[in-house]
Amino acid sequence: MTAQEVRLCGLLLQEHFGNVVEKVGTHLIRSGVLNLRALAHETKLPLDLVKKSLCVLVQHGMCTFGAGRRGPAGPVEYRINCEHVFHMLRYPRYIYTAKSLYGDTGELIVEEILQRGQMTMSSTVKTVADRLTHNMPEGQSMDYSEVVSVFSQLVETHFLQRCPPLASAGSSSSGAVDTPLPVATQPTEPENHPDCYKLPYINLTGQGKRRRSSEDGEADQLRYYDCDDDCGDDGIYWQVNFQRFHLHFRDQAIISAVSCKLDQSSSEIVRTMLRMSEVTTPAHAAFTQALSANEIFRALLSSYNIARPILDQYLSLLVDDPMEFVGKTGDSGGGMYVVNLHRALANLARATLESVVQERFGSRSARIFRLLLRKRHLEQKQVEDFAMIPAKEAKDMLYKLLSENLVQLQEIPKTPDYAPSRTFYLYTVNQLPTARLLLQNCYKTVGNLIERRLYETKENKRLLEKSQRIEAILASLQATGAEAAQLTEVEEMITVPERQQLESLRHHINKLDSSENQVDETIFLLKSYINSTQASH
Amino acid sequence: MAGRGRGHRTFSVEIVGIGKGESLPPSSVQPTPLFPPLDQKPVPLQTGEEAEYMLALKQEFRGAMKTLPFYIRPAAPKKDVERYSDKYQKIETSDNSLEWKPDWRRFPKELRVREKRPLRDPEKSKVPKQTKQPRVNKEEIIRKLETLEQKEEEGSSDEEEGQKKKPEEEEAEGEEEYDEEEFEDETDYIMSYFDNGEEFGGDSDENIDEAVY
Repeated sequence: MTAQEVRLCGLLLQEHFGNVVEKVGTHLIRSGVLNLRALAHETKLPLDLVKKSLCVLVQHGMCTFGAGRRGPAGPVEYRINCEHVFHMLRYPRYIYTAKSLYGDTGELIVEEILQRGQMTMSSTVKTVADRLTHNMPEGQSMDYSEVVSVFSQLVETHFLQRCPPLASAGSSSSGAVDTPLPVATQPTEPENHPDCYKLPYINLTGQGKRRRSSEDGEADQLRYYDCDDDCGDDGIYWQVNFQRFHLHFRDQAIISAVSCKLDQSSSEIVRTMLRMSEVTTPAHAAFTQALSANEIFRALLSSYNIARPILDQYLSLLVDDPMEFVGKTGDSGGGMYVVNLHRALANLARATLESVVQERFGSRSARIFRLLLRKRHLEQKQVEDFAMIPAKEAKDMLYKLLSENLVQLQEIPKTPDYAPSRTFYLYTVNQLPTARLLLQNCYKTVGNLIERRLYETKENKRLLEKSQRIEAILASLQATGAEAAQLTEVEEMITVPERQQLESLRHHINKLDSSENQVDETIFLLKSYINSTQASH
Repeated sequence: MAGRGRGHRTFSVEIVGIGKGESLPPSSVQPTPLFPPLDQKPVPLQTGEEAEYMLALKQEFRGAMKTLPFYIRPAAPKKDVERYSDKYQKIETSDNSLEWKPDWRRFPKELRVREKRPLRDPEKSKVPKQTKQPRVNKEEIIRKLETLEQKEEEGSSDEEEGQKKKPEEEEAEGEEEYDEEEFEDETDYIMSYFDNGEEFGGDSDENIDEAVY
């Protein structure tokens, strides 16, 4: 865990769960694995607060626990899963994807499960139905069966999965053998469980209830959490399958890259190929399963209107493209084609790096960078010649890139003593380490953005509170049917310069938030590339 | 390796590309400025329906998380002096139970915080709790005080005490109430509603020369 990663984890935990959980989480990340007593002692927090924080973290899947170093007889040890904490940055993207694939119902299901960490199917269905009913016009309500069908679709396409069961069964209901807790270092993968995507049979009929304004907010909360009527799926909890969402994002990135580089039709062909190999391709595979051209033609949607010979031409175009999105692995069945996932990700990462250099240092520095990526090792003189940049400027740019560590210097000695007059000094760019460097920069960027946003909010706290109070007063006045004069009088309690200040504050915070979302896209690309490279080695 | 001999310069700067007599950029003697002027301005952010929708989603999610019981606030800081008004102000629930009910079968047993009973019934002597010593002591103290008071007051104000004790027992910190009970006299008036005016006009002994507003 680098310092920037720890800092970002701390900020994310603080934003979503408060300062206490942040303190506990950060300390646990720094220490690796700890048991409860040690954690409470070292953070100097009261034991109950530490217990509460750990419960919250375990509920959301960010902390795993297991038997410690002393074996099952010793105290339970906890560790934080940092990747899970980083996923919190991407929650809006997950929710938006669910909305685009499964509509508002899907959006609300994923949002509820992300907010609560894990949920049973019945409680999710009830909550979502209530929320949808609330937004519907008076008299209509959402039937549970519709929500159940969308939930089933999400499970069938593997976007939701069951939470892995614990090996230790303290309860008698599951009837499992009393086995000791798994060792903390080997968390049980949810996919290892055979029933991972099996829907439970629940008898749940009814419709969403409209929340009356007189109903107490607390009563609603109690209803959500105390699902006393057993619908038949007690103990089966569902969580969001982040890996599936990531595969979806990766496919989207590849398809949009193809459509940018070539054209819409070729991107549709690649989309079809990816859709066909969704279930057959393992997660970190370097390329999809081989598909024959006949299969692809059959699977193409008729709305694309691509004839068979056109398809063949497009496929050969894709294969010949220097980006190597698609590869040909055989000639049977009209030609066997695969999508080169790893190469596509590497190309996307490379494009990201080049774009960063271009936007930071200018297009000529970007030319040098691309040159070094392509030609691997070049001497100073060769760089000037190939890039067609005058010597002095080329030198300047090279040193700037070198100082930012985007370019490395490689020494090749001619003689055993590294005499400088008899050594070649070659400039080089390594894609993988540079990607890692940029990833750390991204983490630092997001940390800075969050801190700036917190600072802006704190600076204007008084003003924000005042505006919130005035809004509350306005809302209550409107509810009781006040006159327009009273309303304007209340509105005028905020002066015009204060209003401007509020407006600019809102604008700043929106900008900082959108920046976070955008940096997260880069983080996703770079992280996918790094993971794919590590998996293929 | 840097050259042991006198006068021998083994590292010739020409190799790296700096010619003889060329001026190097001036060396910096202070830290770089906090907001250095940028040569290249950053590219504007993505806009569009998707970006705006995700922005709204993000802000709503953040707001929603703050209202959920998963957002743990630290215990309210202890005030320096016990204030009279503390008893009537709604202090944040500093009780130790979680506001949501996790499925304890999926959590390690040690994380389970026993919930407090809403009404501590002093007749039930052995309350099965994960014993924390002070709590057991508190119950014993309650019982002792009650028996003592009952003996003293001969049941005259028994009903009042009973009613008063119930709301007092519900509070997390019991020490304040015990002090008050010890100090009260034998009256028909409920001591908690009496303000003996100690805080008012406390400065009257000092500096009479100063004008009093």
